[in-house]
Amino acid sequence: MENKEVKKESLFLKSIPYFEKYGILIVLIIMIVGLHFMQPEVFLSWRNITNIFKQVSWQSMLALGVFVVIVTAGIDLSVGSIMMLSLMVLAITAKSGADWYIVVFIPLLVGMLCGMFNGLGIVLLRMPHPFIMTLGTLYIFRGTGNLISGGSPISGFTDEVRFIGNGRIDLTWLGLDETQYLPVSVILIASVFFCMWLFLNHTRTGKWIYAIGGNPNAARAAGINVNKILVIVYSLCGLLSGFGALILAGRADSGYPNAGLNAELDAIAACIIGGASFFGGRGTVLGVFAGVMIMGILRNGLNLMDVSAFWQQVLIGAIIVIAVYIDVLRKDLGTRK
Amino acid sequence: MNTSNKIILEAKNISKYFGTITALENVNLKVREGECLGVVGDNGAGKSTLMKILSGLYKPSKGEMYFYGKREVLESPRDSQNLGLEMVYQDLALAGNLPIGENIFLGREPTKSFGFLKLLDYKKIKELSEAHLDKLKIHVKSSDQKVEELSGGQRQAIAIARATAFNSKLVIMDEPTAALAIKEVSKVLDLINGLKKIGVSVIIISHRMDDIFAVCDRITALFQGTNFAESELSKTSKDEVIGWIMGKK
Repeated sequence: MENKEVKKESLFLKSIPYFEKYGILIVLIIMIVGLHFMQPEVFLSWRNITNIFKQVSWQSMLALGVFVVIVTAGIDLSVGSIMMLSLMVLAITAKSGADWYIVVFIPLLVGMLCGMFNGLGIVLLRMPHPFIMTLGTLYIFRGTGNLISGGSPISGFTDEVRFIGNGRIDLTWLGLDETQYLPVSVILIASVFFCMWLFLNHTRTGKWIYAIGGNPNAARAAGINVNKILVIVYSLCGLLSGFGALILAGRADSGYPNAGLNAELDAIAACIIGGASFFGGRGTVLGVFAGVMIMGILRNGLNLMDVSAFWQQVLIGAIIVIAVYIDVLRKDLGTRK
Repeated sequence: MNTSNKIILEAKNISKYFGTITALENVNLKVREGECLGVVGDNGAGKSTLMKILSGLYKPSKGEMYFYGKREVLESPRDSQNLGLEMVYQDLALAGNLPIGENIFLGREPTKSFGFLKLLDYKKIKELSEAHLDKLKIHVKSSDQKVEELSGGQRQAIAIARATAFNSKLVIMDEPTAALAIKEVSKVLDLINGLKKIGVSVIIISHRMDDIFAVCDRITALFQGTNFAESELSKTSKDEVIGWIMGKK
């Protein structure tokens, strides 16, 4: 009996797990192909592709940070503010004449400490939901950033500080011309995403982060120190936001009060489009990458076609709803056995 | 039955007070190797409190516990796990989003070292968990299947597999069949009988007389926080045990 039932499973049903894993990449590829046909000369040009990567570079760090938090069924609304505060501290440190390696290190430290503050607050104050703690720190961190900078931009960094966000790797030795360089931020994004993939999928702590998102009681019963892991997760999210600040410092050459305003919403949107679930325990690093790229490519493509920024807002909103609806449909198929 | 006379766990004169409330008063309990002990009692009789004390979640106000004749003081569930005592929780402490194998090894995952990096050994997780499932005769399509895709009975089986994966000597189960469809109950009961055959002792808390009489060797009844009655299974009847639960002898 059982054998017959297995044979009856159609190819469509068998492909569901693969679709679950790689479906969002298919959407991404369709978008790329579509835009290529609509803008054949510009869209896939070296210049435009590197532009897209540069544009999504700091957002992708925030999205990755928020993703780790979402896996634990939490949320971090303060990533944009953490980035702004880290950027302001970086700018002040740079202006004080500190050595470049201190200036580069400082946003990472500030970001991590802000994240740790979130994590400890959630755990020690026993907040009913991380939403509340991080909503509070969204205001606290941005306010602090404005207090220390006087609310005005601080501009002009040395080349070493700007290297991560603005550096170029010359590819003329490959026979390419000078405009075809590799932005340093692309290498950074690729390395950070790879490290996070390795961490979440191949280490015990990473596995426990997924377990906490799946069933925190199970994690506790298995002897996992859930509170400790949560503090690590929020600290990591803060650290990645600090990375975002470092990249933005290089790109903008300035610390400015509006840096990262509403960026937490973009970060959450990228995670949701990439298949992460607010209920925790679901989603992949690859999905987040796809989510970030879909948003970046959509904005880029619409800009190339001279579509107004207002329409871009409408379309990104629609994509969030559609992406989650596809997920709902997929779950329906998965449970109907 | 494979019951020997070796006593693996003995609790002596256990009392537990929560403020002015007496949850347990001078309760005694013994479990032999390979034996299944049924603990019955009405709601509030102290069954769950007693099990939480045995597993190290609560500390007794008075009384002593002996594992293999040696006195032990449990500070946390980790201590009881190290002594070979595992608890299967009523709410099935499994993470639905993780595969079967990873649930069995959750918190105790084997790793491989790559220089300073310690990475999960997925191959070992798969091999060890499938060997363990085979040993318990638990049949699943693959240990890579996610737990949320399983039926209630299969999940209960995985929870029991998880509790017995690390050479445990005694497994405490709180209402193991309460949430199951009728046709799945017998599979879980078979699994419990299978555990006894490989020398693992079981304590079952249950309201279902059918379950108790299908797997237990001995029954002990608690009533208002005290030992009320105890008997070998063969020397009692369902009606008598139901009487004990209600405080009648």
